[in-house]
Amino acid sequence: MHEAVPSRRSRGLISWVRRGGLSTLVFFLPVLLSFGLFSWWPILRSLPLSVQRTNFLTTDWVGLDNFTRVLADPLLLTATLNTLWFALLALVFGFPVPVILAVFIAELRRTRGLASALVYLPVIFPPVVAVLLWKAFFDPSPTGVLNTILGWAGLGPLSWLNDGDLAMISIVLQATWASFGTATIIYLATLMGVQTELYDAAETDGAIALRRFWHVTLPQMRGVLLVMMLLQLIGTFQVFTEPYIMTNGGPEDRTVTILMLIYRYAFVSGDYGRATALSLLLAIALSGLSWIYLWATKRWSTS
Amino acid sequence: MTADAERSILSRLDRRRPGVRIALVAVRALVFAALAVLCVGPLFWLFKAATSTTTETLSDPFTLWPSGIHWNTFAEVWTKVDFARYFVNTLWLMTGSLFFGLLVATTGGYGLAVLKPRYAKAVFAALLATLFIPGVISLVSLYLTVMDMPLVHVNLLGTLWAVWLPASANAVNVLLMQRFFAAIPADLFEAARIDGAGPFRVFVSLVLPMSRPILGVVSLLTLVGAYKEFLWPLLVLPNPQDQPISVALPRLETAVDFAQFMGALFISVIIPVVLFLVFQRQFLRAAGNSGALKG
Repeated sequence: MHEAVPSRRSRGLISWVRRGGLSTLVFFLPVLLSFGLFSWWPILRSLPLSVQRTNFLTTDWVGLDNFTRVLADPLLLTATLNTLWFALLALVFGFPVPVILAVFIAELRRTRGLASALVYLPVIFPPVVAVLLWKAFFDPSPTGVLNTILGWAGLGPLSWLNDGDLAMISIVLQATWASFGTATIIYLATLMGVQTELYDAAETDGAIALRRFWHVTLPQMRGVLLVMMLLQLIGTFQVFTEPYIMTNGGPEDRTVTILMLIYRYAFVSGDYGRATALSLLLAIALSGLSWIYLWATKRWSTS
Repeated sequence: MTADAERSILSRLDRRRPGVRIALVAVRALVFAALAVLCVGPLFWLFKAATSTTTETLSDPFTLWPSGIHWNTFAEVWTKVDFARYFVNTLWLMTGSLFFGLLVATTGGYGLAVLKPRYAKAVFAALLATLFIPGVISLVSLYLTVMDMPLVHVNLLGTLWAVWLPASANAVNVLLMQRFFAAIPADLFEAARIDGAGPFRVFVSLVLPMSRPILGVVSLLTLVGAYKEFLWPLLVLPNPQDQPISVALPRLETAVDFAQFMGALFISVIIPVVLFLVFQRQFLRAAGNSGALKG
């Protein structure tokens, strides 16, 4: 018998197929295609896109021109300050409330389930519906929903979204309402896992409830609190839907955010290169934020 | 189980003290009053506004139904505002997202957790990396990719494929599946292999039937995500006839009567609320777990 001896490589291939290499690859195809086309490729493509100018017919390499034009836009500073202001307000309004609420709910026994369900109800609202409903609440006329409530206390009426100083605060109120349920449920899950022996020890030492919260509960929640703060910051730096629907950046650009600027560059002006350049800058800033944050928390937790 | 097995900041002993008892009753009343006003209040007001006339709500937002409940608003929304079309669009969008999302997550999770070829580590690392890269970086380039698909040069804009396929690239879902599959005892796979079952057989008749809980969680996350999405479908479905509810609603705000608009908002929110009330436990567990995953 003189069968042709297969070359080393094809023998390797045959044994690879025999050992199930091909059927394994079939299982990997969906994940490779999906992420390859819609995640990895777009991320990599952002890099050349940021130094190109394209109108679909021709593509020119323009060096750092896109970045220069982004930095030269007077709206960039406005949008950055607005976004930072939004992030700060969201932190002040939205960070303490879920912690306190979760601690209170954890002390309830039979009604804990009902309270968790109620807390989560605003999260169930699709963001667009919640934003549009609150936009109706912010009706600036004296018979608007929020103005009527203020009227009961003898206050107002306020112009809410039409008032330059108040517009961003109004948007943050809505955003906080929409998101405090998620944080509360996550903290509640963490609280249920707190080591109870430490409470017993603290109690034996005569620590009152507030001291037990401060010295036992909070330290054990520190990890999740820090992660949630980071996630909230990263989320608020990419805020778009709320200001887009409620004010579209007005009044007088007081609620233009960075992502809204990216949206305008790309999908209003068709300037994809400039939009990508700003996206990259934002992404770098966010990654930098994460690194500083992780570095700081590592130092803090070991010291 | 001892009495202290399930304690919180307060112990059993504390709870017997009269002062603590009164404080707890006060806390409970306070929490529920706040939750009623903040969480149930807006939903109730939305229902009231939808079933009152426009002038009633605009002139006096807190009087309950001065001229009776106008149920007909919902029928008007369904027929005149063309809401039925947006609803069907939304259903299609969710169905496709669920199908492709589960396809990618289950096969990928199986490959990573069970088949484990040599390149699995690299794929896993590349999946993890997408979690750490802010999504904003690829918004524009993803749009350009969908507009002119690499290699095949097909334009997906204006079709539901442009929503379905990008949504399937969800690393959290793949990793949730991978984690669940990895916890299935290896003996089971060994036994199936000795019985002569190939990898496809093992996947369909062993792994998938054992994974109902995680399939439920991932389906729920995918469906809720697809229903909530706004910016991406707004970008890739420019034709109003193709748009889902979330994209159509902001346009309706100025186009229809206020009461009808409130009716449209109410229908849009009551669907997920009913689903939530039915699957409450799963929703809350998924939300709590997402904290554990992040933490």
